[in-house]
Amino acid sequence: MAVAQVSMKNLQSPVEPTWCPGCGDYGILNAVKRALVQLNLRPHEVFFVSGIGCGSKLPDYIRANGFNSLHGRPVPIAQGFKLAHHDMVVIVVDGDGDNYGIGGNHWLHAMRRNINITHIVQNNMVYGLTKGQYAPTSMKGFVSSTSPEGTIEWPINPIAIALAAGATFVARGFAGDPKHLADLIAKGIQHKGYALIDVFQPCVIFNRVNTYDWFRERIYKLEEDKSYDPHDKQMAWEKAHEWGDRIPIGIFYINEDLPTLEEQIPALAEKPLYQQEIPPKLEDLEALKLLFV
Amino acid sequence: MIKNNVNIKLGGEAGQGVESSGMGFAKAIARAGLYIFGVQDYMSRIRGGHNWYQVRVAERQLYSHEPQIQLLIAFDERTVEEHLPEVVEGGGIIYEEGFKVDEEAIKAQGVIPMPMPLLRIAEEVGGNKLMMNTAAVAAAAGVMEFDLTYIEQVIRDNFGRRKGSEIAERNIRVANAAFEEARKRYAPLFEWKLEPIPNAPKRMVINGNQALGLGALAAGCKFVASYPMTPASSLFEFMCAQARRFGIVVRQSEDEISGLLHCIGAAHAGVRAFACTSGGGFSLMVESLSLAGSTETPVVVVLAQRPGPATGLPTRTGQEDLLFALHAGHGEFPRAVLAPGTIEQCFYEMARAFNLAEKYQMPVILFTDNFLANSLRAIEPKVLDFAKVAAEIDRGKLLLPHQHEKIEAAVKDGYYRYEFTEDGISLRIPPGHPKAVYSVAGEEHLPEGFIDWEERADNRNRMVQKRMKKLEVAAQNDMRLPEFYGPEDAEVTLVCWGSSYGPVREAVDLLNQNGFRANMLHFVDIHPLDWERVADILEGCRSWVTVEGNYSGQLGQWIRMNTGLKPHGVISKYDGRPFNPVYILEHLQEVLARV
Repeated sequence: MAVAQVSMKNLQSPVEPTWCPGCGDYGILNAVKRALVQLNLRPHEVFFVSGIGCGSKLPDYIRANGFNSLHGRPVPIAQGFKLAHHDMVVIVVDGDGDNYGIGGNHWLHAMRRNINITHIVQNNMVYGLTKGQYAPTSMKGFVSSTSPEGTIEWPINPIAIALAAGATFVARGFAGDPKHLADLIAKGIQHKGYALIDVFQPCVIFNRVNTYDWFRERIYKLEEDKSYDPHDKQMAWEKAHEWGDRIPIGIFYINEDLPTLEEQIPALAEKPLYQQEIPPKLEDLEALKLLFV
Repeated sequence: MIKNNVNIKLGGEAGQGVESSGMGFAKAIARAGLYIFGVQDYMSRIRGGHNWYQVRVAERQLYSHEPQIQLLIAFDERTVEEHLPEVVEGGGIIYEEGFKVDEEAIKAQGVIPMPMPLLRIAEEVGGNKLMMNTAAVAAAAGVMEFDLTYIEQVIRDNFGRRKGSEIAERNIRVANAAFEEARKRYAPLFEWKLEPIPNAPKRMVINGNQALGLGALAAGCKFVASYPMTPASSLFEFMCAQARRFGIVVRQSEDEISGLLHCIGAAHAGVRAFACTSGGGFSLMVESLSLAGSTETPVVVVLAQRPGPATGLPTRTGQEDLLFALHAGHGEFPRAVLAPGTIEQCFYEMARAFNLAEKYQMPVILFTDNFLANSLRAIEPKVLDFAKVAAEIDRGKLLLPHQHEKIEAAVKDGYYRYEFTEDGISLRIPPGHPKAVYSVAGEEHLPEGFIDWEERADNRNRMVQKRMKKLEVAAQNDMRLPEFYGPEDAEVTLVCWGSSYGPVREAVDLLNQNGFRANMLHFVDIHPLDWERVADILEGCRSWVTVEGNYSGQLGQWIRMNTGLKPHGVISKYDGRPFNPVYILEHLQEVLARV
């Protein structure tokens, strides 16, 4: 049976986004849809898990399976789901507060496990939905309602942390370039293992520093530098620390040689967990009693 | 001579093998056809300190330990000092003859000192002083004239497979030498004897956590994610050990928050999942529990209690988290709370927890505690009926994504994950089928699953009512009323929940044997319940007293909150030690004097 090619229209949700006009999240939603079209993934083959925040509303705005969870908690839910249904494409969409703040520990451990999920972090360097407090990624000196004299903390470096924690696909995109971002997301989905895509997402209301123009003046694409090899972790480490007048986006690092978490679990060798018969065979259970006699 | 009715205690430092020796001894005695009740007491350290293991033996089924002992096996000097007051007149204490022990103090209490050359036998016969444990246990068998072959079998089981049978054989030689020496010296002086029951059926020697694990396997649990925490760890480890054989995914999560969230993810995909933890870890799970309530995700949490607050007494027991578990989580959402009291109940209630969770699409919290988790009993294998559990598996309104035909038949005009229904329960199709593509949310949502961006009052009201309706339906159709043990027309009813079952049951037996009519009313199901019927039951009791391992009488408070009825007293215990029947009797007198 021929399966029709997935189109942007197939992915249209009946729900209208509540994002502010000009929000970077529109670009991210557009890029996510383009990536699914590019890979011809049908709505029932994809499961989005999100946290809480403006960007985490995304599962409602795309026709696919979704789970809008708790602030900072989508990553463990995604892992549990993936292990129970490993044929599903599992994509986490959350924000910098979710992932680099409250859920930081979950993130670290998901990366070192190399579970095959794609993780899009909408990084607007501010808390938007709660109306303008500083975020873990806000630059030093960022003035906000909870840092009226400018924050005295240095920001998280997501790329460097991901490299250190053992992520096997580390990328950064820009909401203002959905086509490039779609390509990164598609590559992240195709990557066998954990894939981070940190996305610069301008918040037009609460972040008047890191604006579209601010990013456009600074960003450049790693793939345009022919000498850059994303398989070289040392190079990636250097690029991860480049910040200021020039900021790289694109794929920082990729390692295709490590097994995923799911591949190493014997119970998942034959078929997804949810398809397996329960309960176990009675004779196997009865045999267990001998351990105790 | 007193035959087959004895309490034996082994004591020593952590790392001396007190627990393994005690459990081995218990297993040998059970194989001789006798019933045992084993209980352990240990400190939160890997070496040093003071640990003990106690085994009670009888020819009938046992439900509790007793406070007094007849035979003490001391692996160190401190054990003699600490436990001498518990040894009855005519009882004995076995210890290494090189120990500095106040023999006069022992004799003054009418107890027989039984110094033994345990070290010499271990070194000369076994060639290793570590075999002192074997010598001590065999010496205990000697003074009780217990057939040593049962102990030899257990030694072979423990050592035979590991490093070749050489170690097993050396241990057996040590056991024989110590047995003969102890029998010759002390058997004529010691009244209590152990005699095998001929042709007794084979019994399983099993503790509460193992029974929970068997229950989970029998119910078709396929996913476990947890963070280790005493006293839940042994259940987690049991599931890890069985994972390969039974095709289960087990994950050690980075914390308990993640553990329960992993389970929510797996359950959302259509798999039976549980997390196990103790109070501290459960505290971390509370936010996720609320998410499970909102998204109507069926997960099971085993809450293995130990005393708090904070780290409390990490290796001891208590029943302090009842009201916490009943109210844990922000907002109002349905949950069920179960508290098995025996090994058998652990097995069946664990399996039932999965049925309730899936049938009502809500989280289920199942209580155990350090006492029940570790108490050891001998039970007939057929009592744990896997076929019965299999036949009772009820997954409720669930269609899995690969059940194409059923989904095609069930889903006509779009799929609504949270469709309003009469019983509040909606059709559950985990993601994966083209006819059932949907998004769920912890935020208040519409029947189709989307967040209700308008936050409409009428939708909110109907969703809250839908979720809470499930409690009413469960209470009417599935939840079980507390059960009596003992005579009907009692002067006093001892009301308890969870692990107090055993000690209270034995206290009731003692009271009736002494001409005082008492009975027990034991709650396994704590919530939801048909409280009108519970009130009728309690109103039929002449007087009732709760027996609880906490300070504030939490079950009494819960009953009062739901029925307006107030207990006539409470027997509480919060020192971290389990109840025993004698403690209950003593405190019942005080409580009744005040009624």
